Amino acid sequence: MSPEIQARFRVDRNDFTLAVDLTLPGHGITALFGHSGSGKTTLLRTMAGLERAPAGYFALGSEVWQDESRGRFVPPHQRALGVVFQEASLFPHLSVRGNMEFGQKRTSTATNRFSLPEIAELLGIATLLDRAPGELSGGERQRVAIARALLAAPQILLMDEPLAALDLKRKLEILPYLERLHRELALPIVYVSHAPDEVARLADHLVLLDQGRAVACGPLNEVLARIDLPATFADDAGIVIEARVAEHEADDLTRLEFPGGHIHVSRRHEPVGTLLRCRIHARDVSLALEPPMHTSILNCVDATVVDLAPTDTPGHVLVRLDVAGNPLLARITRRSADKLAIRPGLALRAQIKAVALLG
Amino acid sequence: MESTDLAAVWLTLKLASVVTILLLIVGTPIAWWLARTRSRLKGVVGAVVALPLVLPPTVLGFYLLVAMGPNGPVGQLTQALGLGLLPFTFPGLVIASTFYSLPFVVQPIQNAFEAIGERPLEVAATLRASPWDTFWSVAVPLAKPGFLSGAILGFAHTVGEFGIVLMIGGNIPGDTRVVSVQIYDHVEALEYAQAHWLAGGMVLFSFLVLLALYTFNPTRRKAL
Repeated sequence: MSPEIQARFRVDRNDFTLAVDLTLPGHGITALFGHSGSGKTTLLRTMAGLERAPAGYFALGSEVWQDESRGRFVPPHQRALGVVFQEASLFPHLSVRGNMEFGQKRTSTATNRFSLPEIAELLGIATLLDRAPGELSGGERQRVAIARALLAAPQILLMDEPLAALDLKRKLEILPYLERLHRELALPIVYVSHAPDEVARLADHLVLLDQGRAVACGPLNEVLARIDLPATFADDAGIVIEARVAEHEADDLTRLEFPGGHIHVSRRHEPVGTLLRCRIHARDVSLALEPPMHTSILNCVDATVVDLAPTDTPGHVLVRLDVAGNPLLARITRRSADKLAIRPGLALRAQIKAVALLG
Repeated sequence: MESTDLAAVWLTLKLASVVTILLLIVGTPIAWWLARTRSRLKGVVGAVVALPLVLPPTVLGFYLLVAMGPNGPVGQLTQALGLGLLPFTFPGLVIASTFYSLPFVVQPIQNAFEAIGERPLEVAATLRASPWDTFWSVAVPLAKPGFLSGAILGFAHTVGEFGIVLMIGGNIPGDTRVVSVQIYDHVEALEYAQAHWLAGGMVLFSFLVLLALYTFNPTRRKAL
């Protein structure tokens, strides 16, 4: 059982208050999601000990790093954590190797689970070790920064919008490495982001922050499927499913299976059996009472209405569905909802117009 | 060149070297504090450090002379410690020069520390470096151009001083008679040829120092 992360902080500033009480799982990627000014970066910096919340408690399992009720505050350099900032912030006076060794040299070898060659390999920077930071691309620099943090033997990795400063191409270059970290290292990661796509692709758990408060916290899909929340994802409302590549069919389609049904997408290169994350936007799901006969939409699953709620889009409602235990969201017009008499408990067919495959 | 001229040159170089080393030791913590503090005293301390930039050297020299004199607080201390009096000695000259050249060393180093910003220090902390460790392994290497400028300016400024030497050091050959004073003596005695040698040497020296400063001072590397 991996240790839980307990974070209770209260920070009062002139124009801003952060007040959270979170219990986060000690494994997987937990995304702190919110708009700028929601307090997600402050929360991360407070966890790292770079800022001290006057009232705070922060513990990773039995390791208590802050407990102001007992006057305990462990300074950042004595905490076994790694931080990756938005800008790579490599030390310009050291080579790539020097940067990577900076934290490694300052930790005892007994606690260090990773070796430099392993981490360099994992992040695809093995050929860059003798370069100077100035000779690297933005994406390479950020990978070195991640490697540097990992080599300091962290028990938790804190990432503050590590992709925000990069252009789309660099982002796509780094995302697979982050997924690899996620798969191959048993290391809890707290990941600050304001990009729904990144969250959908990487996160296992999601904390929604709004004006310094955690408005929701839980497994990714549980939070994504909540329709009672302020529309944080706005037009991007939708859920994420893990689907397995079931079959590559003759007409250039690939069939993906998930509990509750299957969906067809354009041919994928992944072998049968691979797990893929797909995002299904609420706006891409329509509802029908009868199995549709003459339609070009291929993907159609049985679903039951759980509840519905208004959205920020005028004239539309958000319908939460249950598909064999999996949540699914549909955004339809209020007129259609009335016409079809959509109500909780109603069994119907959900047509999925588009699936965004992540990764 | 006469032997007294050579002695003056040698004394000047010795003074400037000792003062520069002393200034790096004293100036670095002051520069670090000024660069990092949020204290209200920052303005006061910064202004005091900068005073020698605007004060006539004679004013500074006068107060130091009084302080180090037989009735001044420093003088009483040195006498009580059995060190005698500092005015008109080499150590006295060193102390006076240190005050006089302080801003020339503190300010470049302070600027360099400020240019580093918060982030590299935070990164170092998250990589297990204590504040002391961070200072030596991150702040000092990143501020290297500032240290270089400070050392060059401090050295050159000490070589070039005159007023404060006259006030504190007087004119004792081999002890306090530096090049600038020696030139003055030559001119007083109408020995223009000797004065030319030394004065020309000073011009050349100063030019070379500034040339080095402007040519070799590496442009600041940005944190990446």
